[in-house]
Amino acid sequence: MKILVAIKRVVDYNVKVRVKKDESGVETANVKMSMNPFDEIAVEEAVRLQEAGQTEELIIVSIGVKQCQETIRTALAMGADRGILVETEDQLEPLAIAKILREIINKESPDLVIMGKQAIDDDSNQTGQLLAGILGWPQGTFASKLEFSDQRVAVTREVDGGLETLSLALPAVITVDLRLNEPRYVKLPNIMKAKKKPLETIGLGEFGLDLSPRVTTLKVAPPPERGGGVRVESVEELVDKLKNEAKVI
Amino acid sequence: MSVLVIAEHDNAELKPATLTTVTAAGEIDPSVAILVAGFDCHAVAESATKIAGVAQILVCDDARYQHQLAEDVAALVVAVAGEFSHILAPASTFGKNLIPRVGAMLDVSPISDIVSIESSDTFVRPVYAGNAMATVKSSDDKKLITARATAFAAAATTGGSASVSELQPVDGSGGRSRFVGQELTQSERPELTNARVVVSGGRGLGSAENFKLLEQLADQLDAAVGASRAAVDAGYVPNDYQVGQTGKVVAPELYIAIGISGAIQHLAGMKDSKVIVAINKDEEAPIFQVADYGLVADLFDVLPKLSAALEK
Repeated sequence: MKILVAIKRVVDYNVKVRVKKDESGVETANVKMSMNPFDEIAVEEAVRLQEAGQTEELIIVSIGVKQCQETIRTALAMGADRGILVETEDQLEPLAIAKILREIINKESPDLVIMGKQAIDDDSNQTGQLLAGILGWPQGTFASKLEFSDQRVAVTREVDGGLETLSLALPAVITVDLRLNEPRYVKLPNIMKAKKKPLETIGLGEFGLDLSPRVTTLKVAPPPERGGGVRVESVEELVDKLKNEAKVI
Repeated sequence: MSVLVIAEHDNAELKPATLTTVTAAGEIDPSVAILVAGFDCHAVAESATKIAGVAQILVCDDARYQHQLAEDVAALVVAVAGEFSHILAPASTFGKNLIPRVGAMLDVSPISDIVSIESSDTFVRPVYAGNAMATVKSSDDKKLITARATAFAAAATTGGSASVSELQPVDGSGGRSRFVGQELTQSERPELTNARVVVSGGRGLGSAENFKLLEQLADQLDAAVGASRAAVDAGYVPNDYQVGQTGKVVAPELYIAIGISGAIQHLAGMKDSKVIVAINKDEEAPIFQVADYGLVADLFDVLPKLSAALEK
């Protein structure tokens, strides 16, 4: 099986983002960037499949600025074979990302595409489903377990009411949820090894796609602030406040 | 042109998020239709006709829609999409799974998880776990939207008298995607996203056994039980209890956070609650920054006392 994992470089999940004064976006200058945590789970799953002998090749793709190379190198250090960076300075929406991924997939013909269920920056939760729709492939979103047999994959999905299991014919697109696995820590020797793995850079223009934005951001504002609360000293005081002040019980 | 809402249901009844999505749709255009795709789902279609403000119900009752796989439902939505200017679904795992697939087939860029409507093409949605609110404008001819259930009021379930049209099924997955099974959490308690009171526990509970203390409190308050990611990852409770950026978003009248530190990812799922109570022994815990009432104490001391005080 040939696997392609799509990853995104995002503001690190520990950073509390600040909205820019001109409301054009959030402050990203001098902010720590990392691999989207859900994509890290996707990479880990693919590496485990490779270690289990179920994979011939594991390719990482990222779309974005030059520094995405570092993010791809992290995935290579986790165990992936080679990387592809589609380099662009443009802010691309999920539909555009899916169209670029389709071009790569047409060239590489993977049996499986895995990515995180959402990126923690724009929180769109769209790219995997868009890609599956564009390709006409089955989709298994919010996956917490994968089992392969006979050119199919059984995907256990985390849905609002609990868990649901689907059987999908390959090729398919999988988006992963938190409980699928716990990504490994990358060891130094593997980081050194990853530097020698192939990483191809393609300019976005080479695809000749019309990716003009369909959705434009007019402004980005801070969320409404909550008023300051009070400390209570005892359970009795808490119950009294809830009954007589907030009137919620 | 009118607005189409994709009903979320289990073939027996409509999910409450359908009603809030109808309200969002009505803010865009008062002419609202609902699509019910399911199997043996007459009762759902019947109840949909009574929703206030809904003019038309489209029903497709066929075995292939029993489990509402995205591949099948998306093909049906695409077949009826022509006459609608906007198509909305709840921002639940159902809607998030479906709407982008429809977007791919119609070449439309979807807009996820809207919390308010500025005009027929401009919407507000949270980004960065709700730490910023983005106002976005769509230039697509058709708009595909998921709407956050807690951001809109529920439409009334009586007073409507919509007409019903039957649709022919459309081939979607062709057997390449098949339903195998499901394990749904059984609970007598109110649904998490729809409860008036939510009692949530975190890593501080320490075990699945201790979570039962919290469930007792929830039952006294007729509350739903939620959890932080840490509690779910530790296996104290199932995944569908998770409140946060990547779990469920709740906005009850009263949210009681017990033994939850308050990572930004958790706050993203509950900070629109009307009244927030935090109980934690660490007075520096970030949860206190959003709490209306904070109690710095050991939860194992507090829980029995709280239950006793509520008995009175």
